[in-house]
Amino acid sequence: MRLSYYPGCSLKATAKEYDMSARDACKGLGIELVELDDWVCCGATCAHSTNHMLSIALPSQNVALAQRAGMDLAIPCAACYSRVKKADYVLRNDDVMRQKVEDIVDFKYNASVNVHSLVEVVGQLGEKAIAEKVQKPLKGLKVVCYYGCLMVRPPQVTCFDNTEHPMFLDNIVKALGAEPIQWSYKTECCGASLSLTSKDVVHGMVGRIIDAAKEVEAMAIVTACPLCQSNLEMRQAKGTDLPAFYFTELIGLALGLPATKKWSNLHLVNPNPLLQSLSLAD
Amino acid sequence: MSFIDADKRKFFNEVREKSGQPIDLCYQCQKCASGCIATGFADYYPNEIIRLVQLGQKERVLNSSSIWICSSCEMCGARCPNGINTAEVMDALKEMAIAAGTVKEKNVLLFHNTFLSSVRAFGRVHEASMMGLYKLKSGDLMSDMDFGMDMLKKGKLPLLPHRIKARGKIKDIFNKTAH
Repeated sequence: MRLSYYPGCSLKATAKEYDMSARDACKGLGIELVELDDWVCCGATCAHSTNHMLSIALPSQNVALAQRAGMDLAIPCAACYSRVKKADYVLRNDDVMRQKVEDIVDFKYNASVNVHSLVEVVGQLGEKAIAEKVQKPLKGLKVVCYYGCLMVRPPQVTCFDNTEHPMFLDNIVKALGAEPIQWSYKTECCGASLSLTSKDVVHGMVGRIIDAAKEVEAMAIVTACPLCQSNLEMRQAKGTDLPAFYFTELIGLALGLPATKKWSNLHLVNPNPLLQSLSLAD
Repeated sequence: MSFIDADKRKFFNEVREKSGQPIDLCYQCQKCASGCIATGFADYYPNEIIRLVQLGQKERVLNSSSIWICSSCEMCGARCPNGINTAEVMDALKEMAIAAGTVKEKNVLLFHNTFLSSVRAFGRVHEASMMGLYKLKSGDLMSDMDFGMDMLKKGKLPLLPHRIKARGKIKDIFNKTAH
């Protein structure tokens, strides 16, 4: 399988372990990712909060680039995915907006390229195909899968399996040999977009999620979003030390890929003691 | 909706048109508020915002902190039995509050503007300079220094921005979509 790959700005900086692990994990699973040439920022929350037209036009430039590259687009960041997917949804379904956006971005939309979250791409391989690639099953690792808000909502745009109780991340984690625990905070928002501006609010939002994870005795949280991952690690109460993994890091561990230690070392909450205690890392 | 007061009618119609949402259908079931993570930290529940819009209460709505503390997680819209995407309403209200100069959560807007300036200049957001500029302009210089230093040491905040080739086109998109 060959796909265009849109890393997004965070994966080039604060979430670089997500970028590294996504590329390695996909390679290990037989998915070839080709980085979209000269991609542009999706505009994130900042564009849609202040200028609706900009929030559709900016990611549409990436849709235009993907169209030119001629392959479906895989996006690891939940926030980027949400914005590019929304732009594609508008271009696909709203004739008036499509005309305006085509004028602004100077391209002709032909609906030939589909926008996918990277989790969706991996999930579609199927549990069996993933399990067959596993070299080191993640035995004893009990985790909660945290989908957050942007990957699963709004449901008419994202079209995932179940908005209120998604399972696609849990299924991947299970295929890797880890134990996904069911909990009720899967799709609650962590407030990452307010993390710099309204810390007290975000401490409250993250606190509730962390408490829920601890209540079901999770050893770690699994995410597919750079904003969730850094926000959950940064804004949890000091001394909590509950690591948040990217799902691609767990794939890397289970496939026995060589660079996993390098990714773990980049975390704000060091996951190495946990991995060592389960003999999953040296 | 019918109004005696023309200004109230105008406000209601503007929000409905700008957001594209059927806000007249809200019957206050409060399903949105039940699932909203921001309720404990803001001044109105999402259903209260919708009710205030239905009643044409422009000043109270555009001066509220709720429209800015809303993190656009879209839980409200996903659960609304009347198909109202409340996050889209919140976005429309934010744009109207900016135009009216009544932004309650000034730092949130400052963050958005600093972020978008970075995108306009480079085509991508340069996290290190964007965060530095935000902290400088907001006066919140000292918080999170430990995280910043940790990330710098780990090479997670490259000091030089990546500039995309199509910067001219991005400026063009910004200019064509400017209010």
